[in-house]
Amino acid sequence: MSAVTEAAAIEAAVPARPKRRWRLSSRAVSWLQVSPLAIILIAFFALPTFTFLVVSFYDYDRIGIYPDFLLTNYEEVLSSSMTLRVYLSSLQFAFITWGITLVLGFFIAYFLIFHVRTRTMRTILFLACAIPFWTSGIIRTIAWIPFLGRNGAFNQGLMATGLTQTPLDFLLFSPFAVCITYIHLFTLLMIGPIANSMAKIDPALLEAARDAGASRWQTMVDVVIPLSKTGIALGSILVFTQVMGDFFVVKAMSGGQSASIVSALATEIQAMQYPPAAASAVILVTFVAFMVAGMMRVVDVRKELVR
Amino acid sequence: MSRSRDPREKRPWTFYALVTLMGVFLMFLYGPMFVIYLLSFQGPDGGVTFPMVGVSTWWFAEIWKPGQMANIPVSFNRSIALASVVCIITTVVAVAAGLGFRRRFTGSGVLFYLAVASLVMPSLLVGFGIGLAFQLFGWKTDLFTSALAAQLTWTLPFGLFAMFAVFNRFPRSYEEAATDLGATAWQRLRWITLPILMPGILGVAMGAFTLSYDEYARTTLVAGSRNTLPLEIYALLSSSTSPTLFAIGTLTTAVSFCVIGLTLFFILRVQRRRTGHA
Repeated sequence: MSAVTEAAAIEAAVPARPKRRWRLSSRAVSWLQVSPLAIILIAFFALPTFTFLVVSFYDYDRIGIYPDFLLTNYEEVLSSSMTLRVYLSSLQFAFITWGITLVLGFFIAYFLIFHVRTRTMRTILFLACAIPFWTSGIIRTIAWIPFLGRNGAFNQGLMATGLTQTPLDFLLFSPFAVCITYIHLFTLLMIGPIANSMAKIDPALLEAARDAGASRWQTMVDVVIPLSKTGIALGSILVFTQVMGDFFVVKAMSGGQSASIVSALATEIQAMQYPPAAASAVILVTFVAFMVAGMMRVVDVRKELVR
Repeated sequence: MSRSRDPREKRPWTFYALVTLMGVFLMFLYGPMFVIYLLSFQGPDGGVTFPMVGVSTWWFAEIWKPGQMANIPVSFNRSIALASVVCIITTVVAVAAGLGFRRRFTGSGVLFYLAVASLVMPSLLVGFGIGLAFQLFGWKTDLFTSALAAQLTWTLPFGLFAMFAVFNRFPRSYEEAATDLGATAWQRLRWITLPILMPGILGVAMGAFTLSYDEYARTTLVAGSRNTLPLEIYALLSSSTSPTLFAIGTLTTAVSFCVIGLTLFFILRVQRRRTGHA
């Protein structure tokens, strides 16, 4: 905390206090305050990322890895039919999940911000959406198993009401189960940023639109959506990257029918084939970075967050 | 956010449509979780699906019996210890960085995008990178070195962005007033800035704790020989198909709920005291 103290101490030094002998520029103060964050992110995020970039060019055999500059690891990954298959599979999940969470998240955020009238009620409903996010993702994933299974609660309910005669089999251990779990886990990542953007919209704008004769639909399309596009972009980035980086849900819920990019990568890591795994990792990171950069072009995320 | 509206104004049909959507979503969110809480109280002869064969705490008792579950209580203690350390570091570093980011400084853009990248990086790859680096240096991975590092790459960006949201609503005029009244910088930070930010800071601390306590993907490759609770639960998934798994789920969720509840209690108390004095 000393950085903060010093920093703030200097920042507040007013001319009326001639006793203070030294003074840092406000830029130096900011540097002191952010330096712990910068050191941790460089040491534990940037350097490890650089490490697997380097190792992706290494040679390897069953015993170890050897410094080298080979492109064979990339050739192997890029020429394998497995790679294309897992990318298509993960992208498919990502787009389905993205589409559904976007619609759900948008309307729930809209409801919370523009329809709920009291602040207390809004807080309670928002917490109700957020609290599961603070509990274990693994537990929330396996919670679907007794619910969706052949003898699960959902099938029992369907048969009890006479909607179906035989239990539905596609519910669990299927791509359907994977999508349901993703939506369950990640919709909050959409609600949060969109609600944050919507909260900044001046309600007078909506009234103005209505007074000017705009229909509810026109107000939504021409006023609300453009003004919440930062939140939409942020939420999309979060949901998209979470799905692309997942390996647990696909493993637990697809019943072996689907693979994800990262689950394929995890298999290589477990086999201690680090250089090809590193090459796959570099390709995945590049791919995700391009997608995120594309989404960030829509909005200046930074301007919206830091002011 | 408060809007003056006539409460007698008729709600449009969209309101009722959205209320229904909200209700269905909350059922979707909580329904499956309640199913496993219920099933964890399954009788000793019951299985992993309905019907309930009696009600018992048999499956909870299983957790503490020697045998397959032996690692669960130990790993729970480790998870709590690790989460506490992550919570403290994240809170201190994120609050300091949040203060720093209030001014533009050279390199602020780079650091901002580094934090974004750290947040959206596929989780397993963070652990993979750290694990590889440790191997190249010849170090051993362990809970409070590599696993701690991996978790911080997730909780710190989260804490930083939460602090941005907190500072967005921060009334700067209070700080200016304090300075005008002759407060030293330390006094201003201690008695004005931090107390106003306190509910937000508590929120960041809670977020960091629960995110670390439940973290799996970043930790799995770098936890070394001492597993955290989520790693133990994951290991049980393939071997165990008894309601014990649900009992563990119920317990760990109960711990999360306690942490969330306590935090909300403290936040409410801070806010109530504030309005009480006003």
